[in-house]
Amino acid sequence: MTSVTDRQKLQYIAAQAADARVNVELETEGMTLNLGPQHPATHGTLRIIAQLDGEQVVHAEPVAGYMHRGYEKLTEVRTYPQITTLINRIDWLGSFANEVPFILAAEQLMEVEAPERAMWIRTILFELSRISNLILFLGDMGVQLGAVTPVFFAFRDREFVLDQIEAATGGRFHPNFDRIGGLRDDLPKGWLESTKGSMDKVRDFCDQIEDLLLGSEIFQTRTRGIGIVPTDVAMQYGLSGPNARASGIDWDVRRDNCIGLAYPELDWKVWTHTDGDSFARFWVRIQEVREAAKMVDQLCDGLPAGPVMAKVPRIIKVPAGEAYVATENPLGEMGYYIVSEGDLTPFRVKIRSASFSNMSITPWLLRGVYVPDIITILGSLYFILGDIDR
Amino acid sequence: MTNDAPAAEATESEEVAVDEPREARLAMISESLGDMLVDSHIAVGRDIWVRVSTDAWGEVADVVRNRLGLRYFGFLSVIDWMPSPYGRSMDSEVDIVLADAASSDDAAEEAPDTGFTRGVTGGETRFQAFARVSHVGDPGDFWGLTIKADIPDDTLAIDTWTNAYAGADWHEREAWEMFGIRFTGHPGLRNIYLPTDFEGNPMRKDFPLLARMVKPWPGIVDVEPLPATDDGAEEGDQ
Amino acid sequence: MTPMLAVDWAYWQETLVKVGLGLVAVLLLTGAVVYLYLFKFVSFMQSRLGPMEAGPYGSMQLLAEVGKWLQKEDVFTENSDRIVFGLAPAIVMSSTFLMFVVIPAGPNAVISDLGTGIYYVLAMTSIATVGILSAGWASANKYSLIGGLRAAGQLIAYELPLVLAVVGVVIQVGSLNLQDIVHAQSDGAIFGWSGIGNPFIFTQFVGFMIFLIAVQAELTQSPFDMPIAESELVGGYQVEYTGIRFLVFFIAEFATAVGFAAVASTLFLGGWALPADWASESTMHWLGPIVISAKAVLLVGVVFWVRFSLPRFREDQLQQLAWKFLIPVALLNIVVTGTLKVAF
Repeated sequence: MTSVTDRQKLQYIAAQAADARVNVELETEGMTLNLGPQHPATHGTLRIIAQLDGEQVVHAEPVAGYMHRGYEKLTEVRTYPQITTLINRIDWLGSFANEVPFILAAEQLMEVEAPERAMWIRTILFELSRISNLILFLGDMGVQLGAVTPVFFAFRDREFVLDQIEAATGGRFHPNFDRIGGLRDDLPKGWLESTKGSMDKVRDFCDQIEDLLLGSEIFQTRTRGIGIVPTDVAMQYGLSGPNARASGIDWDVRRDNCIGLAYPELDWKVWTHTDGDSFARFWVRIQEVREAAKMVDQLCDGLPAGPVMAKVPRIIKVPAGEAYVATENPLGEMGYYIVSEGDLTPFRVKIRSASFSNMSITPWLLRGVYVPDIITILGSLYFILGDIDR
Repeated sequence: MTNDAPAAEATESEEVAVDEPREARLAMISESLGDMLVDSHIAVGRDIWVRVSTDAWGEVADVVRNRLGLRYFGFLSVIDWMPSPYGRSMDSEVDIVLADAASSDDAAEEAPDTGFTRGVTGGETRFQAFARVSHVGDPGDFWGLTIKADIPDDTLAIDTWTNAYAGADWHEREAWEMFGIRFTGHPGLRNIYLPTDFEGNPMRKDFPLLARMVKPWPGIVDVEPLPATDDGAEEGDQ
Repeated sequence: MTPMLAVDWAYWQETLVKVGLGLVAVLLLTGAVVYLYLFKFVSFMQSRLGPMEAGPYGSMQLLAEVGKWLQKEDVFTENSDRIVFGLAPAIVMSSTFLMFVVIPAGPNAVISDLGTGIYYVLAMTSIATVGILSAGWASANKYSLIGGLRAAGQLIAYELPLVLAVVGVVIQVGSLNLQDIVHAQSDGAIFGWSGIGNPFIFTQFVGFMIFLIAVQAELTQSPFDMPIAESELVGGYQVEYTGIRFLVFFIAEFATAVGFAAVASTLFLGGWALPADWASESTMHWLGPIVISAKAVLLVGVVFWVRFSLPRFREDQLQQLAWKFLIPVALLNIVVTGTLKVAF
């Protein structure tokens, strides 16, 4: 699938430069277009102030903060078990995945380790969050490009995954299921079979989206060669997750730095794409959903028996120390840097959320693109507002 | 972190275990940084911390990126080491119960004077900048490094990292508004989250969390009563 | 219509009856299309039920919607050019209804049987561009302005393939009159076999496809919906419209869809007529409107099917499609048709 060549990239750049020259010659007057904070393409309240020359962006400045909830401050006055309720809301579409790195970091400081069964169930739920999150992206990308139908399929098929999360944790969106030292509960009876059944639905959905969007010539003309992020720039801006892998960075926290989850025991593949354009980002995410479905199948088959909770004190005081644990969340690398002074509450928690870094590249990336491409690029970078604003 | 030692092995205080790959990396780091390195720390099987001198902060970014090959920018932030003048705001009913129960267990732990006042690599000033960068090489070749530096109390300014890592832009803007730390050389220090006319630096410890001031935190409403016996508090949840 | 009714009416009476009947027919058809496709067909495509509460299977939903829009406040934005802003929907609407004037629905059922029928239709549809552009400009909104400009560029660009696609049919018939075109198809024969007449979809298939694509663009339906582009321009030139003015835009959009579908079925599918030996002319007086309505509704279905399946082009890609592909192919089609016409 690596058919966008360097030549095409150069052509795109040359075309943009030519347009810019024409605009300089004609001296068209600029216009400031304010996308957002209420705008259908920003799924939330992001605002982009774009200086336009005709329909071409001269300068784009994202304005975040309309949803800043001050989680870093709030965590300083909450006990460790209370914090998972807060951080669930960071990336609200993959909420269980938010809890895991925080709990892992706290466990690292406390030097407790979850039982193996808990680790495996965490991994299952982690991957289910990823699927439910990315399915919505796959459908939503169609809406960004004007195809209304895929998003309905996405909402339909995401329910199969959310039903499983709800059956296991009691919450569709905010499970709050992870505990220091394990999980709140074991899985309900018959859950593993129904989960495997829902994975078939997920795979069908991927095939459908591949037919409906990925294979569509219009989709390809709209996304190929648009919003190219070179490898080095991606590294500098801290792009992570599928965005980094679409830029050819062969790196996945699950494979390269897996802490406390069952990934090393699974058979799966990290997909990368060399183009770095919007199409590549979409393509990588489709493959990730497929891989996640594969992993969930394997995890359900190989789930070990045993307890789901280690012995931890009833009152959780985390020993003094610092720890940084990151996991590969649906949106990218999400990490918690916890500074503890041996108290009931953390002294400082730095939340490294994926979308914040992913979006910080937009002023660089949006320079010189057309207004419709702003939407494509933002859509393919895939941010969740809660993940930017925290 | 290719060798994942279980967290249980990482005994920080006794330093019995030695983390060979991390020792080697640290040796490489200290060689490249030279005089700029102030302090360093290895948590066995987990992570590396280094503290660099304030003046060298900007230069360090260049060195770790271009000479050490830590090209991936994780995050950059600031920490305020001043103890909060408002306490922990743990004044709600449930928290007092919890605190009492905890203190009655072992009174020794109540005084947290473990010398841990400036984090793992120490420090002298109130504010510290810290950043995390990673090396992303071939599959499996991935390791991260946390770099810290003191921020002078009088100037509250430190060099920018935007020249080495373009992505530091937003992170520094966030640190600027939240802590009031100036990053000299930053192209546009503007508020990123807060309104333009916001006064104060919310993440400083002396900035009150007003919600807690106005109304005490109710905590969990249906609190499970703690067992009456003292040893009950030590039992696991399961 | 007058001979059919066999009543001797004054000219003004006749005109009133014609206009009234035409309006009712167009609005009924539009309503049917909206319910059938926008509410139900699309819902089933997207695995949902669509409106179910108002009336059996939601069939009264449209009335509820219209009632809602009529009740809404008629909002003018502060900086808008009030006169132009208010006129714009009327311009678009009138362009739509004027288009139906020459479309025949039976041997005599046509409001005005103009000799230059098809060119009158194409001219009338161009007026909508003026309305849309003024809507975009008068709203004093940047999204509207971009939307209006995009619409102007797009509608002008796709007017050409539309006209050129029609030329093939006109060459074959040798007349611009829509009744003549219908008769040419119902009386024609395919290699001497007149079982189904000679609908021009066979001889002018290329023209038919170009016509459909251009219609899709003229209607600003996806994949050519940048002027509206709800995910980037939030609705384009319609952003600031609400209440009855929005309703007028809405009706105009779908009535135009019906209108173009009726024109397409007249040009390429035989129009109101059935092949000569299927039904007598007296039957066609009442069967004709049903036949053309059925054909038009089917074609509108194609428009909606495409609309809800495809993502949208970018503005420059759309222009490229028009100028670099559709227009050359349409010109080639004319050349081939003309050559064959002369040869045979």
